[in-house]
Amino acid sequence: MQNTSWVPFFPEQASTFAWQVDGLYLYLILISVFFTVLIFAGLLVFGIKYREREKYATGAEIHGSIGLETFWSIIPFIISMTIFLGGAIVYYNQQRMPDDATEIFVVGKQWMWKIQHGTGQREINELHVPVGRKIKLTMTTEDVLHDFSIPAFRTKFDVVPGRYTTTWFEATKPGKYHLFCAEYCGLNHSGMGGYVYVMEQRDFDNWLSGNVSGQTPVEAGNDLFNNKLGCASCHQQNDQGRGPNLAGIFGKDVRLTGGQIVKADDEYIRNSILNPQGQIVEGYQPIMPTFKGQITEEQLVQLIAYIKSLGGNSIEGTTTRTTTTTNTNTSGGNNMNSNSGTGGSTIRVPLPERGAANNRQGSNPNAPDITSEPTNRQR
Amino acid sequence: MQNVDTINSGYIEKPTNYLTNGYTLKSWLLTKDHKRIAILYLIVISIFFLMGGLYAATIRLELLTPQSDMLETQTYNKVFTQHGILMIFFFLIPSIPAVLGNFFVPIMIGAKDLAFPRINLLSWYLYMIGGVLTLWALMQGGVDTGWTFYAPYSTTFSNSYVTAVGLGIFVNGFSSILTGLNLIVTTHTMRAPGMTWFRLPLFVWALYATSLVMILGTPVIAITILLLAVERLAQIGIFDPAIGGDPILFQHLFWFYSHPAVYIMVLPGMGVISELISNFSRKKIFGYEFIAFSSIAIAVFGFLVWGHHMFVSGQSIYAGLVFSFLTMVVAIPSAIKMFNWTATLYKGSILFDTPMLYALGFLGLFLIGGLTGLFLGSMGLDIHLTDTYFVVAHFHYVMVGGQVIAYLGGIHYWWSKMTGKMYSEFWGKISAMLVFVGFNLTFFPQFILGYQGMPRRYAAYPEEFQVLNIFSTAGASVLGVGLVMPVIYLTHSLIWGKDAPANPWLLPGLEWRIPSPPPTENFETTPIVTWEAYDFTEESGLDLESARNKNKVTV
Repeated sequence: MQNTSWVPFFPEQASTFAWQVDGLYLYLILISVFFTVLIFAGLLVFGIKYREREKYATGAEIHGSIGLETFWSIIPFIISMTIFLGGAIVYYNQQRMPDDATEIFVVGKQWMWKIQHGTGQREINELHVPVGRKIKLTMTTEDVLHDFSIPAFRTKFDVVPGRYTTTWFEATKPGKYHLFCAEYCGLNHSGMGGYVYVMEQRDFDNWLSGNVSGQTPVEAGNDLFNNKLGCASCHQQNDQGRGPNLAGIFGKDVRLTGGQIVKADDEYIRNSILNPQGQIVEGYQPIMPTFKGQITEEQLVQLIAYIKSLGGNSIEGTTTRTTTTTNTNTSGGNNMNSNSGTGGSTIRVPLPERGAANNRQGSNPNAPDITSEPTNRQR
Repeated sequence: MQNVDTINSGYIEKPTNYLTNGYTLKSWLLTKDHKRIAILYLIVISIFFLMGGLYAATIRLELLTPQSDMLETQTYNKVFTQHGILMIFFFLIPSIPAVLGNFFVPIMIGAKDLAFPRINLLSWYLYMIGGVLTLWALMQGGVDTGWTFYAPYSTTFSNSYVTAVGLGIFVNGFSSILTGLNLIVTTHTMRAPGMTWFRLPLFVWALYATSLVMILGTPVIAITILLLAVERLAQIGIFDPAIGGDPILFQHLFWFYSHPAVYIMVLPGMGVISELISNFSRKKIFGYEFIAFSSIAIAVFGFLVWGHHMFVSGQSIYAGLVFSFLTMVVAIPSAIKMFNWTATLYKGSILFDTPMLYALGFLGLFLIGGLTGLFLGSMGLDIHLTDTYFVVAHFHYVMVGGQVIAYLGGIHYWWSKMTGKMYSEFWGKISAMLVFVGFNLTFFPQFILGYQGMPRRYAAYPEEFQVLNIFSTAGASVLGVGLVMPVIYLTHSLIWGKDAPANPWLLPGLEWRIPSPPPTENFETTPIVTWEAYDFTEESGLDLESARNKNKVTV
């Protein structure tokens, strides 16, 4: 089914990481072959030359050599440092999230992958992505550890319950590639997988339009926030509510009761919904009930997407970044990249003032913009 | 080897040795003789090795075809889990320390027994209790978490006998701690006059380093298992985020023990290899101090690299960098050993008897095992390789290619001393070569499978991986034959083997200066050591010259 790579025994190279990993791999193979030949030659030559010729003969009296010991300690050390550095660089490239990536949400569950695109398409055990576009995966799981692994991309990352992990890739070659769960997750572990379809942009657009697109995560989150879960009754779009106003909060530092300052990222919002008493914003009462058990991982992702869409970028002036983002309107500030350090200043919540842009976005971020968004994007 | 009475029947006329000193079951089960306890261990770990091997054979048969057809998936998951648990906790960890270490450390340092003979017996009973508990749990239905017991699967989701098996491993851990304690104290306090630290055989150094890891590391796995049981039984949130725990914490705790445990499983093997390479080259080992201290360095640095199992688990990138760096550092002492062993052959007088064939096999396999460890320690590559068959191949090259091969080499080397009988050299050589070829055929294809992306712990796999899996299964059958053969010819030697001389290869070590099998007290009078380890000169007191002349006359 899959073509082989140009190097025998290699999996197909279908992402921008593939050549980096393969290059490092070839370098290590080279080193390994060198040392293997060296040691085997030593064993062979000494073994033949110095085999026993007379019973009970003794070998020469050689006890060692400081010079040789130093030599064969330092040379391998230097070589191992090149391996370390090479590995560190490739790892850094894979772990540093790009600013201009399209975000896709992944929720693992025994034993399937549930995938949610920013444009509203949902897939199970399949992932469709366009070629040549940076894709960032934000992942979590409903139950046990899983691992989202795409060998053709040389990409793999654990999916951990109770937190979000991220990874990214840029596919370079259209095709159908294996998607595996690589972390043992119980009974049907080996069945938890499917395929990644890398498509030319035009085909991908066809796929998008041919697929019934449900609510986008932001739309769904809006619905949860304002209707189903009733969050808006306390978290009002002004500072009069019993809870903090959430507009513009994403990616900012928040001061908690007790003076601790934390960044309002995915993880923080998630924890605040599931365990509200854990981190109380300064100036507010610990009155929020927990939503643990009442909300699924997918709904959490939607709520976070919605809160993220409530502006926040305008304050930091990161609008330049969002111009290249595929779903600018959907994900709003795109401050998922807060990990890479947007370095927002410490502000107190509730915010003293909000920009007009936030009001506009905050009230209803979706509707007409969203549906037209995919077509806007390709031009 | 199990049939002790038969061994003894030939010895009625001869002076009492440790085997003829009492024939009753009680004289064995209540013995305080380190040599008898070693034999007790040998019998039981052989049974566990056989069971683990049957599990391995089952895995390889299932993987002959891409579909999950021979076993149900649930059964497959249990089989690979139990293969890992039995092999690691009940075979590899006790193998060399509890059998060969128990038997030979006191003799090699000129002592009558270990420092704490009763504790030594206690540690065997703890091992038995842990083993029986585990076997009971396996018979009740087994365990399906993988030997790594990752939470929250193991604490909340698995419906198998996790707690019971955990308890078995917990109890077994104390056996390991006590053995380590005993070996350390013995090495410190029981050395014969003249047996200075730098005259110790390198096998003793290696076991000393191993024992350090055992007593420092094993308590951590005990705590981890306890916490796991607490969460599983009382639903107190420690590892499962649904009840307030942290699954990454489990991985840190688990690997804090289990990475050093890898060194528990390979340092003793390195010790055996140092003995074999030096003695069968009939020459002092090259760079004695460097090999000795590299064992200690491995034991110390081995504690600082556990995070390299977690490069894709979500630990911080900076922690990952430090762990990757230290992983490279810990590779250096192993490289030093490898070069020194090879250099020892230079200008030796090399004898290619069965133990030496195993030693050379070890050098080849451990070399590949060590080098592929660098692949996995390199973070960028690890992302692609971790949790694939590349990892499976790598640790089998280290564990089987390292420890099991060294253990077999050691068993052959000291068999005549332990039993007083000679095995068939012909069959010994054949089996050593079969093991080497079969092993490579089994596990080398798995490196390729891993790079192609085949994940580990898969009952079913995509069809394009089948060809290499067939190679692997074919290799496993060769390996299986190679491993069963010693059981047959060694057992055969107990009954029909020739009586062993005290020193068949004319070697200088203390164990070769006492009768085969040794008397209960090991030494009639406490030896006074005046020679260095692996001393083949006149100073060692061996009459090599006359042995050579005698040999010439007879030829």
